[in-house]
Amino acid sequence: METLGAFAAALIGVPLALYAYIRLSEPMARLRPGKASLLRPWIWLFPSLALVAVFLVYPVIDTLAASLRSADGGSYVGLSNYGRVFTEPDNLGALKNNLLWLAFFTLGTLLFGLLIAVLSDRVRYEAAVKALVFIPMAISFVAAGIIWKFMFEFRPAGEAQVGTVNAIADILGGQPRAWLADKSVNNLALIAVGVWMWTGFAMVILSAALKAVSVDILEAARMDGASEAQIFFRITLPCIAGTVVFVATTLMINVLKVFDIVYVMTNGNLGTDVIANRMYKEMFNFHDSGEASAIASVLLVCIIPVMIVNIRRYRRQGHVNG
Amino acid sequence: MASGALRGRRPARILLHIVMIAACATWLLPTLGLLVSSFRPRSEIAQSGWWTALSAPFSLTLQNYGNVLSRANMGRSFLNSLLIAIPSTVLPICIASFAAYAFAWMRFKGRETLFIVLIGLLVVPIQMTVIPVLRIFNALGLTGTFPGIWLAHAAYGLPFSIYLLRNFMQELPASMLESAFIDGASHPQVFLHLVLRTSLPAIASLAIYQFMWVWNDLFVALIYLGGTQDVAPMTLTMANMVNSYGGGWEYLTAAAFISMAFPLVVFFTMQKYYIRGILAGSVKE
Repeated sequence: METLGAFAAALIGVPLALYAYIRLSEPMARLRPGKASLLRPWIWLFPSLALVAVFLVYPVIDTLAASLRSADGGSYVGLSNYGRVFTEPDNLGALKNNLLWLAFFTLGTLLFGLLIAVLSDRVRYEAAVKALVFIPMAISFVAAGIIWKFMFEFRPAGEAQVGTVNAIADILGGQPRAWLADKSVNNLALIAVGVWMWTGFAMVILSAALKAVSVDILEAARMDGASEAQIFFRITLPCIAGTVVFVATTLMINVLKVFDIVYVMTNGNLGTDVIANRMYKEMFNFHDSGEASAIASVLLVCIIPVMIVNIRRYRRQGHVNG
Repeated sequence: MASGALRGRRPARILLHIVMIAACATWLLPTLGLLVSSFRPRSEIAQSGWWTALSAPFSLTLQNYGNVLSRANMGRSFLNSLLIAIPSTVLPICIASFAAYAFAWMRFKGRETLFIVLIGLLVVPIQMTVIPVLRIFNALGLTGTFPGIWLAHAAYGLPFSIYLLRNFMQELPASMLESAFIDGASHPQVFLHLVLRTSLPAIASLAIYQFMWVWNDLFVALIYLGGTQDVAPMTLTMANMVNSYGGGWEYLTAAAFISMAFPLVVFFTMQKYYIRGILAGSVKE
């Protein structure tokens, strides 16, 4: 009952209150002639600025400060938390895995996205292929984690395999593997789930760019006897290079913070930990706000170049998208 | 492009179709396997592959769905997901629309600088904010409550909502607004009757994007709702099930499919808006 009251208040009360606030402040803004246009924007911006200040700006500054303090936030410890981020075996393993994710996830997603965008353009059932590949973007990482945990299900050799991946390996004459436990493949198995989820995203954006490449130029190249491969690498690819870079940076920002897939499928065990998961463990399992803050700050520092690129792009073209 | 490509080369065309069909299978089979398994009895899921259920003898059941909804708290979690996602979508859009209007149609000192700060905030990792926010929530008793997570999602969604709406509102014809002002309309009137109404396509894309984001979110729920089972959304309940049930596939497959059903319906009915939202949203986080 209490929940329903809060629910109604949030859905009806807040919008009404906001509009009333704007309406009622209007006569006040006009009280002093000439000052209205100075005061009004800030009245309209205030609710947003207040929330952003409390939930984003202040916490970022506070976390940066906490990263220089001890586990309980008591004493100043300089950069020693950062020292631990880059020396403790657990963190080093996680950093190494993040690099694996960065390389294989980004490359894999881009390659599959580009391949499907290029090839589906040449078949009549293009819309169906693209819808299928895009579907995982609509479901949660948790659901995808469950789907693929089931795909990777392992039974010892000789027993009937119930996991699709091992059943296919069986048909092809290979040995079944415990994909999520075997340390030589488990990180790649997790990365494959990420690629499966994000390929649709890369495909949709790259496909739009491909369709914008001038048909006349492509036809002219074909008339001159250029092969399809030459056309792709010498004409199409340079034309869509900007979009490829944009998709790659977006994938990289997202992969730095990869958390859900790992949390659900292995919880970082057996050598699969990543930094976002390490941060969660330091905070909630070990109650070390200093080291947790330092790990989060490292994430932020990694993302700052992207922030700068976005701001530059905005200044140049008025929006951030590639 | 399709007409000229690979014209008349049969082996190449056959190879093309093989690659396309392999891609379809790779993206369809995992989800299909989950769906089929969710209708199989417990004993069979553990003993034979899901593909055996596609041929006779058929033995399918709705038992798993009944069990997971009643015993594993998924019914309650489905409701919680809705209770979390709807206000977490409405609130940021509502609050952001005023700010977006101010950025688009009012002149003030520092407008450009403030907007650039907002663009910087688009990519700030949520991890960077959770420890201080959790401390505030604990002090105010907001941890483990719906209003707490609504506020958090609203705030995290604000920079992107303002960015998207401002870009859209800015493109509205200036003459349209000016004539309204000449007729004596005030800013609140122009905002409500003119700008908000013409911005509906952008608001629709934004709403679907934000709704799906919140519906599929695990991290924010895990942090701010943590151990509180009776407010947990489906993602959180499923993540807990994976840990506690281990290989209880009859529960997990049914639960996962319940959680996916809603986004899939949204996806298929509103594909255009959803893809537009995803494309615009790629700058976020």
